[in-house]
Amino acid sequence: MSTEQLPVLLVLAPLMAGFAAYLLPARFIKVLVTAAFVSVVIVLVPLYEYLTIAGPLRTSLGGWGVPLGIDLYMDGTGFVMLSMTTVLLAAICIYSHSYFGNGPRATRFWPMLLLTWASLNNLFITGDIFNMYVTLELLGLLSVGLIALAGTPAAYAASLRYLLAALCGSLFYLLGVAMVYANSGNLDWVELRLYLEGGPSAAIALGLITAGLMLKAAVFPLHFWLPPAHANAPAPVSALLSALMIKASFYIAMRMWLWVFPGSINTDLAAPFLGVLGAAAIIYGSVQALRQRRLKLLIAYSTVAQLGYLFVFFALSVEPGSATPALQAVVMFAISHAFAKAALFMCSGAIIHAYGHDWIDSLHGCAERLPAVTFAFAIAGVSIMGLPPSGGFIGKYMLILTAAEQGKWFWAAVLALGGILAAAYVFRVLNIALCTGKSVAVGQSVPAGLIWPAWALAVVAMLLGLLASGPLEIVAIGAPELDLFRTMPVDSP
Amino acid sequence: MNTALFYALIGAGLIGMGLQSLVLTPNIMRKIIALNIMGNGVFLILVSTSKRLLGMAHPEPDPVPQAMVLTGVVVAVSATALALALLRRYYEATGNLVLPEDSPEWGIEEMPPAMASYLENVDDDDEH
Repeated sequence: MSTEQLPVLLVLAPLMAGFAAYLLPARFIKVLVTAAFVSVVIVLVPLYEYLTIAGPLRTSLGGWGVPLGIDLYMDGTGFVMLSMTTVLLAAICIYSHSYFGNGPRATRFWPMLLLTWASLNNLFITGDIFNMYVTLELLGLLSVGLIALAGTPAAYAASLRYLLAALCGSLFYLLGVAMVYANSGNLDWVELRLYLEGGPSAAIALGLITAGLMLKAAVFPLHFWLPPAHANAPAPVSALLSALMIKASFYIAMRMWLWVFPGSINTDLAAPFLGVLGAAAIIYGSVQALRQRRLKLLIAYSTVAQLGYLFVFFALSVEPGSATPALQAVVMFAISHAFAKAALFMCSGAIIHAYGHDWIDSLHGCAERLPAVTFAFAIAGVSIMGLPPSGGFIGKYMLILTAAEQGKWFWAAVLALGGILAAAYVFRVLNIALCTGKSVAVGQSVPAGLIWPAWALAVVAMLLGLLASGPLEIVAIGAPELDLFRTMPVDSP
Repeated sequence: MNTALFYALIGAGLIGMGLQSLVLTPNIMRKIIALNIMGNGVFLILVSTSKRLLGMAHPEPDPVPQAMVLTGVVVAVSATALALALLRRYYEATGNLVLPEDSPEWGIEEMPPAMASYLENVDDDDEH
């Protein structure tokens, strides 16, 4: 098997393991999950070598090729997202093993987790925008099932609300894809910029796609479904949703705004609009997080706020020559947020396990009773606040730097303000947790499996800041050169 | 007005009707039906785009949008099935066909028993 065909295994391994987990008795699940991880890691290593030597990699499924068939396409950004998914899911799997044990929920959880993994991998390597729609729908349906695993009426309500919002969002996306196809007769996002004709139909297509993705990514003011869904899901599922599912929609939006549409339509006015929504999300989400009384809701609103940074990125990426640095910054920010946020949700799960609830005001002395959990929470919090040397700091610093280089001081100020607000809500929790005078007895001791994955992810988020150059260089492989697009003569199909 | 445009306009109308109902009616059952109507509108527009090449050098309709609609229909059926199953669970658990008001703390408003013991502990600590 040549290297070009290896990406297929990234989808196939977790997919097959997922189906096998449905069919085989529960005792095989450990073997299946391990086998899936081993095969994905074995595939990622030669792909990394190929990327660094030969650049982006394209696979024609079934030998059909564009425009009839679906091509897989992997560049640096896709590879970083894939690696992030693998590391995060490894930690989530260890955590879930302790969290669900061998109960009846475990047999339903593992197949869904493996299928979610297959869908995420597929999304990050597909070259086809309709294929992206299918993976978006799969991710949406699987998330709904995972949230409903909590089994409480509140979780059913949250998952129904999420399902309705997600379906509506994907229909808008699909309509946008239909308009792109009607415009260009092509669905491959790498080549689309050569075929797409400018004009109102391209602009409307981008509008529909962006609106749908914003609903699915819960960007302010379309965030209404996110806090209940993420707060009512079981802890490992909350970690998965906040860390990865949101990034899936953002990833597609990034491909659309940086790779597909810049050659055909002028986004100089639309991109700052997205940035304004992002800025509003940062302020609104942070203020809401400060007001919450439950820890999981605080973390969920923090996700709403952090998503704002991802959308401020669009406002910074339109200047000629700024696409690649802005892309590096935002990918760095997105992966650090994923690790740190997953760690925070894992800590909240451990706290709920110990205390039986997550009311912030009654967590006095948490640092005394659960020192390891509180420490992991604090380290992950450092990355969320964006303090050095964390990965969150590098991402935020690079975003502010990009804004400053373009003289866009408004965005730099908003980004900095978001950091202060994040510090406020993280310290609000730590303040109560570290207050030892009136500590509350812990009902149940926390098993090590609920602590160490959170620790590991928090440390990874921190290390990302120290080892940032590696991922940043990979992201640059296959990154778009917007000014190149604009001056390049566009071939008519 | 050609046939493709006619279909596309009908599709746009269906999307509008579905979206209005999805946003405005509180009943979840009706929201699910509204989503299906919206979906059909999108599919109709997709089908209409396969007529794009007619009258040009290739007189056959374009197969790609039709394949997309087939996939879309499969997705819509599965999503509807999941929504209905969830709705049944929700109805059995709450006796409601309407989603609760936009309060994320819904269903967990009561103070948990641990809070009561916490308050007692605080009093103990103060005495020492």
